[in-house]
Amino acid sequence: MNDDRQQHTRISRRRLLQAGAGAVALNALPGGGIIAARAQGAFDWKRFNGEKLEVLLVKSPRGDLLTKYHREFEELTGIAVGSEMIPEQQQRQKAVIEFNSGNPSFDVIALSYHVQKAQFAKNKWLTDLRPYINDKAMAAPDLDFADFAKGGLQYAVEPDGRVMSLPFNLDPWVVYWNKELFAGKNVTYPRTFVEMIDAAAKLNDPGKGVCGFVGRGLKNANVPVWTSFLLGYGGTFMDAKGKLMTDSPEAIEAAKMYQTLLAKYGPQGVAGFNWNEAQSLFLQGKAAMWLDGIGFAQPLEDPTKSRIVGKVGYGVVPAGPKAQVSALFADGEGISTYSKKKGPAWYYIQWASNKTNQTRMLQAAAGAPVRNSAYAAAQQSSDFKAPKEWVECMLKSAAIAQPGLPIISPVTEFRDVYGVALTNMINGADPAAELKKATAEFQPVLDKSEKS
Amino acid sequence: MAGNARPRGFARRRRTYYYFALPALAVVGAVIIFPWLFTVWMSAFDWKIGSVAHYVGLANYAGLVANQRFIEAIVHTFYFTALAVVVPLVLGLIAALVFHRQFPLRGVLRAVFTMPMMATPVAVALVWTMMFHPQQGVLNYLLSLVGLPPSLWVYSPTWVIPSLVLVEIWHWTPLVMLIVLGGLAALPTEPYESARLDGASEWQLFRYITLPLIAPFLVVAAVIRTIDSLKAFDTIYVISQGGPGTASETINLYLYLQAFAFYNVGNASAVVVVFFALILALALLLLYVRERAKWT
Repeated sequence: MNDDRQQHTRISRRRLLQAGAGAVALNALPGGGIIAARAQGAFDWKRFNGEKLEVLLVKSPRGDLLTKYHREFEELTGIAVGSEMIPEQQQRQKAVIEFNSGNPSFDVIALSYHVQKAQFAKNKWLTDLRPYINDKAMAAPDLDFADFAKGGLQYAVEPDGRVMSLPFNLDPWVVYWNKELFAGKNVTYPRTFVEMIDAAAKLNDPGKGVCGFVGRGLKNANVPVWTSFLLGYGGTFMDAKGKLMTDSPEAIEAAKMYQTLLAKYGPQGVAGFNWNEAQSLFLQGKAAMWLDGIGFAQPLEDPTKSRIVGKVGYGVVPAGPKAQVSALFADGEGISTYSKKKGPAWYYIQWASNKTNQTRMLQAAAGAPVRNSAYAAAQQSSDFKAPKEWVECMLKSAAIAQPGLPIISPVTEFRDVYGVALTNMINGADPAAELKKATAEFQPVLDKSEKS
Repeated sequence: MAGNARPRGFARRRRTYYYFALPALAVVGAVIIFPWLFTVWMSAFDWKIGSVAHYVGLANYAGLVANQRFIEAIVHTFYFTALAVVVPLVLGLIAALVFHRQFPLRGVLRAVFTMPMMATPVAVALVWTMMFHPQQGVLNYLLSLVGLPPSLWVYSPTWVIPSLVLVEIWHWTPLVMLIVLGGLAALPTEPYESARLDGASEWQLFRYITLPLIAPFLVVAAVIRTIDSLKAFDTIYVISQGGPGTASETINLYLYLQAFAFYNVGNASAVVVVFFALILALALLLLYVRERAKWT
């Protein structure tokens, strides 16, 4: 912060001179009073006018949205933005390699919390934002930290209170259900896991090419389906000492539920299904329920892609025996610890997560904003097309959300090992034996990661 | 003395010649030898990007020997390679024999036949992914037209590798055909005329004249197909991601996971060294076969 303060002071002086502030400012310079007042006083978007900033984004509707409005940020602040937007997998690889080099090419980075949070925290790759948030001269008046949803802040804030990023997008898991198929079999939307399995059984109709349930079976991608059930059964990923709890009775019950829904009431070949195969089946009206992230309302309500427009129900994940939980995934933006432009970078992430951009994100169906105020604001717009039921489902799901994956550094290996076990279950393997094997395989990986 | 002067001058010139080779040596050293030696060096460390590297000697190799998933990946690699070499070779040979003959629209049909080869592998993989879909894919629709039951294609652990090979066959059989067509065009006509005078049948002409004469071309096609199949990654990654489970995980996919998803650089380096040794053994075998083809 000290370096930044000095930098701010220099910039302020130059700006004053460049602006030709006249005799008043010039007379004030010797005492430095105005400069000091500016450093501690009111927030000014033009504080870093003339600076240049590098941003690493992920190629997604959200990355596209921010890129589209970068000109607006440049005009607001006078900070030039150089941005790079690359696909998710490549962005993650680039981040690790560049951070590890100690000289990354970016100042701001978009991160997927469920994959990168623990990794970044362990390596201390991000800057603590608290000094900026608490500095009235640096925090925009509309930052309004209380407006961020609890689920997003759970990801962004460390247990010791450090704020390592600003959350940007939430992705709670929900159940999409086909109202027409439900009505046809006189079935109501399930409130519990037991009712969910029962509904899938009643709605499953292979003769008509309709399956009772569809979800991800492909390894790695399939893990959040199981963890959605695991959280409802009251299971946890590990205990306080780092011992995996993934072969506990709750985990096994969740795996049995996964196996029943996918192998018994799922479509043929579901072991190779990712979200896109599941989506295409649901779009065709060939699946009664589909459990996945909340961001699919747009294709489901698009008449050029969907045969079930107006027939889609958006349901909160039913309650398990111990809890009703929506598995949550989220994205945010942080500042590289190696950045020499931390002040401008902070301005950028404030702007990216501001109320206007969050509302735009919802209006463009580019994601589910982390700011609660965005939902009310977006619904007032005539452009807003998402169903009211979707908004209600989003808000209810966000209220009961918990991280859908363990916040550990080797989370990709976790997904791989347990993903293979789950796929094997679809193909007939015993859930308890598979989970025991996967736990035995992953525990040493976790132990090693925690020790290093 | 005069007799000694020439060798000395020659030796002096030879020393000078070495300097001309230096740039090439430097490039080869920098882009081939150094990375290779560095990979071998890294394979002796337990190193995950972001953590401290520890020297472990041959432990990474010992881990691979005991790693069931890696052993299965080797088996998948060779199963995939064998199918993806032999089938296009047979079909490409048949196609070349057909297109070598004169018939109406031969040129147009030959151009159409070579079109798949020009497509980008990832684009091809995406199209085939849609075609393989068990409920909505066109392949099961085609099967239903001829009264066959639907297949799970790449969504079945049993059928995933043959289905992936199907994509390879569609994509690369034209390449084999082009190579063999080149060989057929260069064949002399005299042996055929003599054989026909002696009353040889079409099969005998093919078996005892055509096949031996185009054998070197077939070996070239086999070498190219083997290299392509061993390094196949994009098609498999896009279509099955090595699944269902690990049913189509080849060494390349396993390596990608270790290096770029798990960042286990030491272990990934050991995989590279083992894979290189396997490829080297296979290359020596192919070279031996190629020499045999020349002798016969």
